[in-house]
Amino acid sequence: MSDSSSNGSAFLEVTGLEVAYGKIVALRGVSLNVSQGEIVTLIGANGAGKSTTVRTLAGVMRPLAGRVVFDGKETTGRPAEAIVRRGLCLAPEGRRLFPRMSVHENLLMGAYTRRDRDGIRADMENAFTLFPRLKERSTQLAGTLSGGEQQMLAIGRALMSRPRLLMLDEPSLGLAPILVETIFSIIRDINKQGTSILLVEQNARQALQVAHRGYVLETGEIVQTGTGQELLESAEVQRAYLGM
Amino acid sequence: MQRCLDLLTSGLTPEGILQQLINGVTLGSVYALIALGYSMVYGVLELINFAHGDVFMIGTFVVLGVTGQFGLTGTSSLALVIPVLLLAMIAAMALCAVLGFTIEKVAYRPLRRAPRLAPLISAIGVSFFLEAWIATYVSSRDHTLPNLLAGDIPLYADVTIRYVQVLMLVSSVVMMVGLQQLVRRTSLGRGMRAVAQDREAAELMGVNMDRVISFTFIIGSALAGVAAVLWMLNYSTNQTIGFIAGLKAFTAAVIGGIGNIPGAMLGGFLLGLAESLGAAYISNASCGIFSSAYEDVFAFAFLILMLVFRPSGIMRERVSQRA
Repeated sequence: MSDSSSNGSAFLEVTGLEVAYGKIVALRGVSLNVSQGEIVTLIGANGAGKSTTVRTLAGVMRPLAGRVVFDGKETTGRPAEAIVRRGLCLAPEGRRLFPRMSVHENLLMGAYTRRDRDGIRADMENAFTLFPRLKERSTQLAGTLSGGEQQMLAIGRALMSRPRLLMLDEPSLGLAPILVETIFSIIRDINKQGTSILLVEQNARQALQVAHRGYVLETGEIVQTGTGQELLESAEVQRAYLGM
Repeated sequence: MQRCLDLLTSGLTPEGILQQLINGVTLGSVYALIALGYSMVYGVLELINFAHGDVFMIGTFVVLGVTGQFGLTGTSSLALVIPVLLLAMIAAMALCAVLGFTIEKVAYRPLRRAPRLAPLISAIGVSFFLEAWIATYVSSRDHTLPNLLAGDIPLYADVTIRYVQVLMLVSSVVMMVGLQQLVRRTSLGRGMRAVAQDREAAELMGVNMDRVISFTFIIGSALAGVAAVLWMLNYSTNQTIGFIAGLKAFTAAVIGGIGNIPGAMLGGFLLGLAESLGAAYISNASCGIFSSAYEDVFAFAFLILMLVFRPSGIMRERVSQRA
């Protein structure tokens, strides 16, 4: 751990992030932070810029301006490979598994940047403990799994990189309500094991219930922030995102 | 009419067919090795590397150079021929690998974000450059190796398989099995398949795109180097060989399902068979209208039929099966 994070400053610190797709501006100066051990959620409507934010943090998009500091070191504009190695990993929206690889191979892909065979084997066992369904299906092709199993595999794959901060983009999207519950309880478990989490969700209620803190993103700007409880009780959030 | 029927059946003996099958499979094994290079590059980049055939052509000239250096003749002893051929293979693999790596760096990498037509034109440019370079500075004549490893093994009746054909088949199968292991079992091979299936997801897992692409070009080009040695054991070369052999191998890749590694192998063998059976029997089958000179026509008629009726190839990539 670096000095800056032990001094209590943020584990992940994002300042004034600006991102555009061609001429279309997606983020207009987003600032947020995540402390070690926290679950922080980013909620907002479709197209507000939630996915753009995490994709930029993960290094697959380049910001026009702004600064990202992770664990005391600047990662702004660094390639995805370098960011994963530093311990910041994104499980992308829509799962994005490798459909013609087996469950086992998808998990190995998560550990792509690692060379510690024993550690990888141990983490594989952990993933199978967390998701027993995946163990039963370890030789099956990922493309043939059900939606819920695919989401479990996407999370398991991201965990294989041994992230210190895990970003999850819409992990509950398109899942049956019972599975949504399961996914959120797994997110809590992962966090209890010491991994910080930045969670992007459209399911604002569930996300705010599980998160320590949250940010509300509207058309590329952070418009509100607070603890999960505060946001759940906020009149604006209730009206716009909780359907009350 | 009766004359035609007689002609048709008279040529069709079991021995004759078996002999053509053997010839077809050996020719096909070389097509397959070259086809792998097209297919692997297409898999990771969705680029048709039209310079690949010319990498193979350069390989054939490396083989000529090495064997010439040691003064191989048809009467050289096995103790000289085998080590020299091995050396020629290593040299061709190494030089082709360096060439493929360089072509990607110089001609394709700067165009990675350009419209898709740009790298295609760049590939054709590289192809012309290599052909012109060989014609100008090396040779523009036909070259063959002396008849090395003369002799054959009788198989059935008067059907034989020549030593060089055995060598071609064994070497290409060894290379294909090796490639399959590399792609299936190693981390870099897994990274290659990941890029082919979902580029952004692969990047998110920490796959270094540039490294995977370079690796793909190196492997594909080295296989073209192996193909060059095998080709020279049985056929001749000149500076334009890359165009025709490359086009055939590309056809094989499309037949098998471009981007698919086992497909490229299957496509190579099928094309070799179609060509040698077609060349042997079309004259009789068509009552003498077509002759065996139409050999290349069959190869490309096969390509056209494939593109019309099953454009995704025999072993089609199931693109719909997205996760």
